[in-house]
Amino acid sequence: MRITYPDSIRIIRLPCTGKVDVIHMMKAFQRGADGAYVVGCLEGECHYLTGNLRAKKRVEYTKKLLDEIGIGGERLEMHNIAASDGPRFAQVAKEMHEKIKALGPNPIRGAIPGQRPSLEGVA
Amino acid sequence: MIVAEKKPIDEIIGFVRDYRKILLVGCNECVTVCYAGGKKEVEILASALTMAFMKEGKELEVKEVTLERQCDHEYLEEIRNIIDEYDAAVSLACGVGVQFMAEKYFRTPVFPGVNTLFMGVTEERGVWAERCQGCGKCILGETAGICPISRCAKRLLNGPCGGSTKGKCEINKELDCAWQLIIDRLKELGRLEDYEELIPIKDWSTERAGGPRKVIREDLKQ
Repeated sequence: MRITYPDSIRIIRLPCTGKVDVIHMMKAFQRGADGAYVVGCLEGECHYLTGNLRAKKRVEYTKKLLDEIGIGGERLEMHNIAASDGPRFAQVAKEMHEKIKALGPNPIRGAIPGQRPSLEGVA
Repeated sequence: MIVAEKKPIDEIIGFVRDYRKILLVGCNECVTVCYAGGKKEVEILASALTMAFMKEGKELEVKEVTLERQCDHEYLEEIRNIIDEYDAAVSLACGVGVQFMAEKYFRTPVFPGVNTLFMGVTEERGVWAERCQGCGKCILGETAGICPISRCAKRLLNGPCGGSTKGKCEINKELDCAWQLIIDRLKELGRLEDYEELIPIKDWSTERAGGPRKVIREDLKQ
């Protein structure tokens, strides 16, 4: 298909989104990520039955926590995309990239040693 | 187990706002099982506090420790060598652990990381319900193994009251009437005649009404 998506996106592969825990998402932001999103299989189609539904609840919880500490829950999202749906994957990546760009950098970015305070030049 | 809930992060930030080095102490017992103050919750709290401080342009050094229990000297002793390095501690144990730590480490401010709720069971994943109030004189033998002290809103010893409708309590339609449960179980056990026995007025002096309680076992005491 040769579809491209923004190079700001870094993919972390997991066997199932059910593996994603609150601490993993928190650490992403603590280490300076401007945004993060969890991509799971379509609801009802989890190979492990409820992995993506569990991930959805954990994402919701983490969003609230990020709001409470002033990082902003809108920087974290969950999307459900079929493994075969490349075009949709690229579209979501673009949408997230645009959304995070509009929100600006992670508010703690300037306080993390070795990281630039702006989005410019950040992978 | 003792059931607790995480405190709102705002409240914890308020406790530690003026400190720069804090010790977060989890507990491996009850609060781990009810997902309020175990190792995982300590990690999440440490991350959240670190980010909240960074956002305000302040530095925070957090040390995470999770002890086997916080209600016994031997486990709380494990932090003796490090506690003086920190300005304050947040204990994610139940109120018992928080107090025991505060008693033991008198010069270190100790704050609670959870709200301690009750003694209860895991009814299903993510659902905990009260089963015991520690009244000090168990009557479960007379009530078919169902406690009217902890499960009846009125703590009736000879129920049900007029508020019991279709097996539910008048204070909440989701709440089972404890006395309905008792009668149903007595029937199942073929002991319905026990229901005819009136339970006498309870001596509440063994409960909190008699002041803070203590158990001394001379055979074990050193």
